[in-house]
Formats: sequence, structure tokens, C-alpha cells
Amino acid sequence: MSASPDTSGSPSDHGTPVVTLRGVGKTFASGLDALDGLDLDVRSGEFVSLLGPSGCGKSTALRLIAGLTGPTRGSIEWRERQGGQTPHAIGFVFQEPTLMPWATVAANVRLPLKLKGQAAAAQPRVDAALAGVGLARFANSYPRELSGGMKMRASIARALVTEPRLLLMDEPFAALDEITRFRLNDDLLALWQSLGKTIVFVTHSVFESVYLSQRVVVMTPRPGAVFTELAIDAPYPRDERFRTSAVYAALCRRVSESFARAMAGAS
Amino acid sequence: MNARIAGDEASGRKERLLRMLLPVLMLAGGLVLWHLVVRVYDLPPYVLPGPRLVFSTLVSDWPVLSASLLVTLATTLEGFLLAAFGGIALAILFNQSRLIEYSLYPYAVILQVTPIVAIAPLLLIYLPQQAAVLACAWIVAFFPVLANTTLGLNSVDRNLADLFRLYRATRLQVLTELKLPGALPHILAGLRIAGGLSLIGAVVAEIAAGSAGAGSGLAYRIVESGYRLNIPRMFAALLLLSVSGIAIFFALSFCSHLLLRRWHESALAREA
Repeated sequence: MSASPDTSGSPSDHGTPVVTLRGVGKTFASGLDALDGLDLDVRSGEFVSLLGPSGCGKSTALRLIAGLTGPTRGSIEWRERQGGQTPHAIGFVFQEPTLMPWATVAANVRLPLKLKGQAAAAQPRVDAALAGVGLARFANSYPRELSGGMKMRASIARALVTEPRLLLMDEPFAALDEITRFRLNDDLLALWQSLGKTIVFVTHSVFESVYLSQRVVVMTPRPGAVFTELAIDAPYPRDERFRTSAVYAALCRRVSESFARAMAGAS
Repeated sequence: MNARIAGDEASGRKERLLRMLLPVLMLAGGLVLWHLVVRVYDLPPYVLPGPRLVFSTLVSDWPVLSASLLVTLATTLEGFLLAAFGGIALAILFNQSRLIEYSLYPYAVILQVTPIVAIAPLLLIYLPQQAAVLACAWIVAFFPVLANTTLGLNSVDRNLADLFRLYRATRLQVLTELKLPGALPHILAGLRIAGGLSLIGAVVAEIAAGSAGAGSGLAYRIVESGYRLNIPRMFAALLLLSVSGIAIFFALSFCSHLLLRRWHESALAREA
């Protein structure tokens, strides 16, 4: 798909922007200003979180990057332009699992390949994607037979099956209970480290953003823009020990304070 | 805990038994009452035949009635198939093009709200009888298929639609992989209604055709027996029509259950 192989491990490539948003604004037909003057660089191989309250336009930002909607103002530049279009190698995980209820888990995961006409050679990739999220045993189950966390795993497997460089996740774990969410956070970090994807993760949870990311982008409420950016320089792998450490608590406090200032500035 | 589950199971079984048993008891009670009314008031068969006479007429007239039953069922089936394909095809067309939908939908509604009994005589003038009967069955039955399929095609999950857009699905892929499977429960609900309605359409048309032609369906038998004051045969024919309607409903419900049982809420066994 892309000319270069997966080079996220090589230092020359690491950190160069994959996609750059400059002065991006989005006004909906209803007159609602969702975003205004958003500047954001997503760098190759990083794990970056967009943190903001509900309705701050962070989901809209993700949809803009995915090409599901166009910006009203500003520009979205890709480093590797593919015929002037958004590179196809994007995986998207929605807030809800968004699985087709009439299809088995395997058929759901196969869908992206099928839509691209690659269904014939899909089976090994579907198997690998399912194994990657620990769902190999449930390939022939229907979504309704799965728990909320397992549905989300299936959704992640589907996003990964096309082997995208960039994975966009829109509050994927917001509806899950805490224990399931912690486990999926850990598994997501493991996937990120083993697969070397670039991940943009939208969340309204300070704790989740600090636990997962290298960089937290705090957004202002409507119209959404970047309030500030905080580097989370704790080393990976992060695990339960990190979650209970003083470092983690301190980082959470810093992010929380920025978050509060972003909210206060708006009102 | 276990005792409670067992108790729930037992009460569930009792519930199912009641649901089967009560209608049967009602039927038996009704038949007995009917029989007694005929006996006590000594009603002649041309006023009200007793249930036993209706049943024996059904047996003795079986050669005539079964031939008529086949004619009516064939019309019903053809009307149903036309309604199914026509309704689904039209709904797909409407879904693909707003212009076509806006142009044609009002007329589909008009066709639906105009009583079929009033249209049937006209159809019989302009069409050969068999075609007119079929047209009636179709007109009555296609609308629920159209309306339900349209609803189903328009009720696509927005996130799934976005997902298809993200992977640059073609229009055809969106239709066959997303909209039609998603609309299946709605389509099947429409078909279940259409099954019963196509029988009604066939009967209405046969009655409107009346003695005019070589019609030999069950409805025609009812009209004919009415003229001859052969009331037991009227009842026997009516009974066959009812049983056909029930059979069609259950057959379609069963198909629907088979198609949806793995995934759709409506087909799942309710938890205790």
C-alpha cells in the first residue's frame, strides 16, 4: 500500500509528522462551530491522546483526519500523499463496537478486506488480527454472543486487519466497566508496541490519557482548539505498577489542572 | 438460587402450556355451543349448519373444494411472489434515487388506500380474468413490503455507514453488504403481512369476478354456494380459507425465525 515499509522502528522516520492540521475549523450546517483554529501534528509511531470534555469537537477532529468529513477552514496535510487523497491506510475504532450483527466475528473483521476486493487472500490476515486481540476462539460467534469488551476487541481487530499505519480511536472504551477498560488499555499498549502503529486516541478521561499516551493534547470546549500539550515521558511498558505509582498520580494532577484551566478559560 | 431457576423454568413451561391449551379449549367450547344452538333451536342447514355437517361437507365435497383451494393458493402464491419482488425492488429503487421516490411514492400510497374491492371490477374489465385476479393480489400485498423495506433500508447504523465510507465501499457494496442485510428483519416483517394480504387480494378479486368467468377458486365457490343456498359448503370453503391464511402466516414466521435466529433480537429466546 505505502511505498515505504513499516519504518516506525527506525530513528530517521520516527517522529516526523504523518499528518498536519493547520488552522482547521469545522462549522456544521446547523451553524454549530465544532472546531476553530485547530493546529495538530500527528507524528509517526507516537501514541497521542486528544483530551477534552464531551462536545469539544475532538471526535470531529478524528473524523476530519479520517476523511469522513471535510474541514470548513484550514488544511490537513499528509506526508505521503496518495493522489491528493487521504491515504487509505487508516484504521478507525468507533465509540461503539459498530459490528454488523448479522455477521460472525470473522466476517466482521474480514469486511475491510472484502470491500477492497481482497477477500480471497483474507483468511490468514483475519486469523492474525483475531489472534492479536485474543479472540481467535470466537471467530464464528455472533456479536451478540460477546461481552462489551470482546465486541470492542473485535472492532479493534477489524481496524487492524488492513495493517494501517495510523489508528484513530474515538473514545473506544468509554462504555466499558473499569476492570475491562484497564485490561483493554494494557492490551492496546502491547499491540501498539509490537505493531508500531501511530495511534490517535480520543478520550474524556484524564487517567486513561495519561496511562496510554506519550503526549496528551488538551482541548478547549466548543469551538474546539488545542489548549495545551503535555508530554507524558514515563517509560513503557507501563503496567499496574505505573498505574499505582506516584509519578502517574503527579502526571494526572498536572493534566487535570490543565484540563480545568481549559474549561475555565472557556466559560 | 437453583430452586428459583427451577421454579422459573416450571412457570415458563406452565405459561407455554396455557398459551397452547387455552385457544384449543376456546375452540372446543365454541364448537359445542354452536352444535347446541343448532340442536336446541332445531335450525335447518340452510340457515345455520352444525359443525358436524360442515365437517362432513368438507369431506364429501373435498374433490371440488380441494381443486378450488389449489386455484386460490396458486393465485395467492403468485401474487405474494410478485408483491415480494416488486415491493423489495421498488424500495431499493426509492432508496437509490430520491427523485424516483418523490415521483412514485405518493402513487404507491394512493394504490394502497383505495379499497381493492372498488378497483377489482375495473381491473376485470381491462385485464384477462387471471391477470386481474393476480393484479389484485399484488396491489394489496406489495405496499407493506415496500413500506417495511424502505424503513429498513433507511435505518442503517450511522457508524457502520461511516465505516463503509472509510473503506471506500461502492454503492453496490453498501447496498448488498450493509443495507439489505440490515433491512432483513424489516423485509421479513413486511413479507409476513403480505402473505395474509395476498390471500385477501386473491379472494376479493375472485368474488368481484364472481360468476362472470370460468373462475373456480374458493371465493368463487363461496359465491356460487351462496346462490344455491348450499350453506354447509360455504362454511367448509370459509374454513379452508382461514386455515390457508393461518398456514401462510406460520410458514412465513418460521422462515423469518430461521433467517434471524442467530442474530436478531426478535428471534432470541427471552431469558427467564
